[in-house]
Amino acid sequence: MFNSFLDQFWPSTVDGLSLGAIYALVALGYTMVYGVLRLINFAHSEIFMIGTFAAVGAVEAMGITTPVGTVALIGVVVVLAVVAGVASGGAAVLLELLAYRPLRKRGASRLAALLSAIGASIALQQFFALVVIPTVFDRPKEGGYLPVQSNDFANPVHLFSIGPVDVRSDKLIIFVGALLMMVALDQFVARTRLGRGIRATAQDPETAVLMGVNIDRIVIATFALGGAMAGVAAALYMMRFEETQYMVGFLLGIKAFTAAVLGGIGNLRGALVGGLVLGLLEMYGSSFFGPEWRDVVAFTVLVLVLMFRPTGILGESLQRARA
Amino acid sequence: MRATGAVALGAVLAIGASACGDSGGGSGDKDSVTIGFMGDLTGEASGIVIPPSKGAQMAIDEYNATNPKIKIKFKTYDSQGKGEQAVPLAKTAIQKDKIVGLVGPAFSGETQQVGPVMEEGKVPMISASATNSALSANGWKFFHRIVGNDDVQGAGIGTFITNGLGAKKVFVIHDNSEYGKPLGTTVEGTVKGKGATTQVSAIDPEASDYSATVNQAKAFKPDAIFFGGYYAAGGKLIKQLREAGVTARFLSGDGSLDKGLAKGAGGKNADGSVIGCPCLIDPTGKASPASKKFSEAYKAKYNSDTAIYSAEGYDAATAFITAIKAGKTKPEEINDFLKTIDVPGVSKQIKFTDKGDPASSAIYVYQVTGDTLPLIGDANTAKLSD
Repeated sequence: MFNSFLDQFWPSTVDGLSLGAIYALVALGYTMVYGVLRLINFAHSEIFMIGTFAAVGAVEAMGITTPVGTVALIGVVVVLAVVAGVASGGAAVLLELLAYRPLRKRGASRLAALLSAIGASIALQQFFALVVIPTVFDRPKEGGYLPVQSNDFANPVHLFSIGPVDVRSDKLIIFVGALLMMVALDQFVARTRLGRGIRATAQDPETAVLMGVNIDRIVIATFALGGAMAGVAAALYMMRFEETQYMVGFLLGIKAFTAAVLGGIGNLRGALVGGLVLGLLEMYGSSFFGPEWRDVVAFTVLVLVLMFRPTGILGESLQRARA
Repeated sequence: MRATGAVALGAVLAIGASACGDSGGGSGDKDSVTIGFMGDLTGEASGIVIPPSKGAQMAIDEYNATNPKIKIKFKTYDSQGKGEQAVPLAKTAIQKDKIVGLVGPAFSGETQQVGPVMEEGKVPMISASATNSALSANGWKFFHRIVGNDDVQGAGIGTFITNGLGAKKVFVIHDNSEYGKPLGTTVEGTVKGKGATTQVSAIDPEASDYSATVNQAKAFKPDAIFFGGYYAAGGKLIKQLREAGVTARFLSGDGSLDKGLAKGAGGKNADGSVIGCPCLIDPTGKASPASKKFSEAYKAKYNSDTAIYSAEGYDAATAFITAIKAGKTKPEEINDFLKTIDVPGVSKQIKFTDKGDPASSAIYVYQVTGDTLPLIGDANTAKLSD
């Protein structure tokens, strides 16, 4: 047990960080929407799913059929991130307009919005399985419930080793890419006018309106930004796994939501910390107790953290973050 | 094979609809009887159920073409692989349609639920693909299957790993399913009994990241890796193992006998992997001339190649046909006849043990080569050429 933990410590660390970076990017969407609307957007996992399919389509459209070199791969991933980010961000905005805004305008309870979120999640999954995948991805025979592979475009190569740590191209791109996006988003929310609007709305929506903040615009921006982050995560995910399916967001969405809660929901930096901690916990837990204990370990730690820090590791939420 | 892992032998699906056969109900008239077929004919795993239904249909068409005194009607029941749909369908089949025998159900889960209904209705069933070992331990009198169970399969694959491959260190991975876990455990027990050292790990087939298991495998440095589970997870697993530089031979069971394995693994990652199966898919007649003849006739009739369990479906129907030829037209008479049946089939000799398992059941191994899965031979004796 302890030996296998030591044996696999460094590979587990690398895997945990790259996995956690994807959790963190997806967690941003949960945390931002929660911060502004106090809504757990369960359909966010499908926003991620839409991003993965956009990436499959983009690889196809670029005509890439064989793995590209590492430098070219970075370029391809940037393109995929833009395409998937736009697709996911757009889908998130549509989701807000169709599933959430009408309810808010009628003053429906938060529970109603939560149900709407769950309904939208299931509807989107089945819509992809029954309509989009068979037609757009031209698989009428196999049906939409089976996994869809992208063209093989990424061939991970061993880049360098730092002592016992082997660094592989795909994992490094994921980690660095996710980190850059998070810094950019953090700066955006902290420094721009729109970001100030988001923080103001998160702090006190009614006062924000009195101060001239256009709430509808802020909510749209929140969904668009969170969705775009999920899209970037989807592009990075596709580079690593090159396969997706209609349910791809389900488990990952739960993990990302967990990361958001672990770090402190409503807190952008908390999402990063929560994602990385969760990724590492899963990997260390599996090497220590065996892979079937992966989720048990991760969620046990989550419960322990919340027992002693009910607001998560970083605790403070979006509205109080350096207002 | 057990259930849910969806299988896409896509090409056969389109023709599948036409195989749904005669809708005439009942065996009321004296010169015909009805044989049923039950399984997932339209759901996500229909790719492994349509081939046996077509095999059974073919056997019955051939029989009817000889203009016998008693003709056989073939009626299909689409359970979608779900027990809760299979049970009412089985009741309808027995009470309303008065079937004298049932080919199926296709999957182990639904068979477990349909078994008591058949016992109560006293109608014999022969499954072409339900491999869960526990099914024949229920003490059912009307249950038969024409395919080796998962214990036989695990032992066969285990023997191949140690004898055929000469592997000394075997890493066993399963998907924690009712199908994959016992199969993996049997393989592990078999190779251990033959002196190999083993380590076991598990993956969650719903997850996409298997790096924890991959790291374990890498540290263990195995000669061979066996995966008990379905091809969708198997493909992803191969991809991640190969990308991490684990080059050990990959093996799996019938749940992975599908083109989707190579597709999911990407590129040539799956090439050389070996898949064991109690089914015989042998278009070139490597194992027996009978299967070559069967494959040619099947292709001529359906314009598609034989696929997983098509020969077994044919043999299951043949068992009923043999009984009817011998003048047995009542379900209980047919069931008694099945106790003593001993005739050559396409996939194996048609003969059952008193528990309903096939008396002899070879396990065959297939090797992934591009997007094809050619037969190598019997798991107990086969050797790889490369």
